[in-house]
Amino acid sequence: MSFLLSCPYCGPRPVDEYAYFGEVTKRPSGSPSLRELTDYVYFRDNVAGVQREWWQHRTGCGEWFLADRDTRTNEVLEVMLPDPQRPA
Amino acid sequence: MRLEPRSGERIDRSKAVSFTFAGWKVTGFEGDTIASAAFAAGKRVFSRSFKYHRPRGLLCCSGHCPNCQMTVDGVPNVRVCTEPVREGAVVEGQNVRWSLDFDFMSVTDKIGGPFTPVGFYYRTFIRPRALWPLYEKFLRSAAGLGKLPAHAGHSRRYDTEHRRARVLVVGGGAAGRAAALAAAKEGSGVVLVDEDDRLAGLEVPGVEVLAPATALGVWEGGLVPVDAGTVLYRFRAEKIVVATGATEQPLVFPGNDLIGVMLPDGVRRLIRDFSLRPGERAIVLGADDDMLAIASELEEVGIEVAKVLDLRDARPRELVAEGRKGRVRRVVLDGEPYGCDLVVASGGRQPAYSLLAQAGARIEYDESLGVFVPTELPSGIEAVGGVTGEGLPRIAPEPVYPGKGKCFVCVCEDVTTKDMKRAIGEGFDSIELAKRYTTATMGPCQGKLCHLSSIRVYAQENRMYEAAIGTTTARPPWAPVELGLLAGRELTPTRRGSIHWRHEEAGATILWAGPWMRPYAYGDKPEDEVRAVHESLGLIDVSTLGKLLVEGPDAVALLERLYPNRFGDMKPGRIRYAVLTSDGGRIMDDGTIARLAEDLYYVTTTSTGADAVTAWFEWWNAVWGYDVEIVNVTGALAAVNLAGPRAREALGRLVEDPDDVSADAFKYLDAKHLEVAGIPTLALRIGFVGELGYELHCPSPAGERLWDALVGEGAQPFGLEPQRVLRLEKGHVIVGQDTDSESNLYSSGMSWLPKLDKDDFVGKFALEHFAQRDEKEKLVGFTMEENVLPAEGAQIVVEGRPAGRVTSARRSEAVGEVIGLAWVATDRSEPGTRVEIVVDRLRKGARVTHGAFYDPSGERMRS
Repeated sequence: MSFLLSCPYCGPRPVDEYAYFGEVTKRPSGSPSLRELTDYVYFRDNVAGVQREWWQHRTGCGEWFLADRDTRTNEVLEVMLPDPQRPA
Repeated sequence: MRLEPRSGERIDRSKAVSFTFAGWKVTGFEGDTIASAAFAAGKRVFSRSFKYHRPRGLLCCSGHCPNCQMTVDGVPNVRVCTEPVREGAVVEGQNVRWSLDFDFMSVTDKIGGPFTPVGFYYRTFIRPRALWPLYEKFLRSAAGLGKLPAHAGHSRRYDTEHRRARVLVVGGGAAGRAAALAAAKEGSGVVLVDEDDRLAGLEVPGVEVLAPATALGVWEGGLVPVDAGTVLYRFRAEKIVVATGATEQPLVFPGNDLIGVMLPDGVRRLIRDFSLRPGERAIVLGADDDMLAIASELEEVGIEVAKVLDLRDARPRELVAEGRKGRVRRVVLDGEPYGCDLVVASGGRQPAYSLLAQAGARIEYDESLGVFVPTELPSGIEAVGGVTGEGLPRIAPEPVYPGKGKCFVCVCEDVTTKDMKRAIGEGFDSIELAKRYTTATMGPCQGKLCHLSSIRVYAQENRMYEAAIGTTTARPPWAPVELGLLAGRELTPTRRGSIHWRHEEAGATILWAGPWMRPYAYGDKPEDEVRAVHESLGLIDVSTLGKLLVEGPDAVALLERLYPNRFGDMKPGRIRYAVLTSDGGRIMDDGTIARLAEDLYYVTTTSTGADAVTAWFEWWNAVWGYDVEIVNVTGALAAVNLAGPRAREALGRLVEDPDDVSADAFKYLDAKHLEVAGIPTLALRIGFVGELGYELHCPSPAGERLWDALVGEGAQPFGLEPQRVLRLEKGHVIVGQDTDSESNLYSSGMSWLPKLDKDDFVGKFALEHFAQRDEKEKLVGFTMEENVLPAEGAQIVVEGRPAGRVTSARRSEAVGEVIGLAWVATDRSEPGTRVEIVVDRLRKGARVTHGAFYDPSGERMRS
């Protein structure tokens, strides 16, 4: 892994400056069943293709952001700041 | 041996350089390589082969083949054909028993044949299994390369440099130079690298030339590490131009590894660069026009050319090189012997496409050229010159020439055509499998000299076309590289608190605690420091605690949602113990949270968890988008814990109004700003060590002054070890020591902590589930029945079966027993239950306890 990743603030930087936090998952709401909970906590889609994932520019500006990355080629199609849904 | 001085020679005959070569003193000239100087002195054996210990001599003279790998001044596997001479250097043979000229292990060449077929070590040495360590030891010493000196890691300093290039050209031949020059006309940032030391000092206008320097591979993102001796340049290139040319290939015929069988370029180098006569009588074998040129060059320097064989026309039924003592004596061609001491043999040139293949190019067999060429180059990658196959003549020698004798496909790993055939016969039917089984192409040359031949042999034997077989995967590094260079300089990031030097001055024993350097104890009796805290006054530097300021209108909402605890009901100026859990309900970290104002919280974390907790906070805040600022002030603030029965009295003397710290004005779990010895501090009344105590946080630059003032009041500094005893006496858990990634609040005895009636928080769903179920094991305290100390991690045994493990254990003077924390099966977790703990292989009795061992009601710390 030596691809370049573009931080929304700092631009393209070597990937070892970043921390990877896995694919974006959907957190269950209400009172999930044990199965839904286990799915959310332990299982990932692990797609061979484009997935949306969390990254942090850990040794850079520290920003958390989202990236659409092709897991087969490490091509990053888009990076974006999260659009937080403010809690009600 | 040396020719008369010639124009273009690289040696300076006025400057002699002497060194020791395999025990002999050899004198060469400046400009010589170790190999050329030794060759001039009559040395012909440079190494012993990997498996059969056959004597080997110069073959390529270009730093590709393994034949001249020697140990130079303790550094193993140096290719002496490209290593410049150094006065006083000690050059030794490797992989030999006795000497290069007489190697006891060469007996494997004579009799080992039937016993050492390909893959023999996978089969012969499997049984009996118990003997494998012995076999392995023998095999490792019998086969292989040089030995690492014991202190190799410290013999040289290596550095890494991160560089950028607009265009990086690999290869300084005509095509590479032209490409670099053209790129330089379009702007700056053009770098050219070449492994050949003859290009040192090459000047191309507008281009930075690095030579000798080897591009080791091409990684994604245009990353090209370049080995420049003791510096590794990590180049990021917008465009990479590969101009690595084409590498001469050996011919495959019996006896093709004898000393004196050389590649044309190697011969040329000996003649042109070092003015050496490589032999007296030569045979030239080749399948392209190049051989005619080399024949006339040999004649020019007075070598008799006994025979030139053009393999395009001739299809010999027999082509064998024969020798004595490993040196070629004659070549037998269809029954007719030709005496010679030099065989210049070439199987044509194969484009050196490895870097392109690593970059993602497709490699195809070109029928018209008879070699593999790169196609479909990825964007940002260009290939120019010989590596594209351009300008190469068609060459198609026979894959193998027939005759009697060992016929080497891969000289690095001593793989013969017989080995290849055997592998195919055993069913290794794809080239990738055959490669792994025979290890052909896996030696130090990385296939440079054997990849094409091994595919040709394979195609012939399987009656397939080369195109259908394809190539094996090209992987970095493309050229051998010293491990030290990849490791870089030995740098150990170290964190020291601002009070650190006071501990050094006090003679504390310093140890690593995560990335921090911390005092273990100040004297050799940690129990004295424990006693000082219990009976009088102690002081510990806790600056390593993670410290976060969480501020903003949504601060309370963020914390309520991150922690299972409740914070909204806290009054400003109060503190609460808090445990951070993951969404899986597992314990991540713990610490205290002080509410300093309506919208301002001060969060402490464990020393090692600070960075992870900060990232965790910031991540969830990115998910939720709260209006909160999270500031990591771990390094900005120093912190000390003043603890002991005399703590209030001592602190009172350092503040303006002692009433500020009275038992009523400053209660247990209160937080307030105090000026201590004139230093602004945030004082937290908490009690990790179980006595009346104050954690004082102040700006780092004032840390030493605060420390000095408190020591001046008679506080005894105590280190990590006494603190561990003190907290264990209180049964306080250390996250990561007593808990692991599976522990949750219910199994760890903190079922009082989570507030499940809160709205959603991280870990809530899992904790709801844990609250319902029975835990398999629980974290409990224990006291030993005898005065023996179990190791951390010691096994707990019930009825002869494992039933848990010890996580912490210490001797406690205050309790008068050996105490500890342990995970035990739930049915053994009731107080008073007897369990057995393995101590030094013996089972020792212990009783389960709950709660604190010392001052269980907590009166002392609340006092």
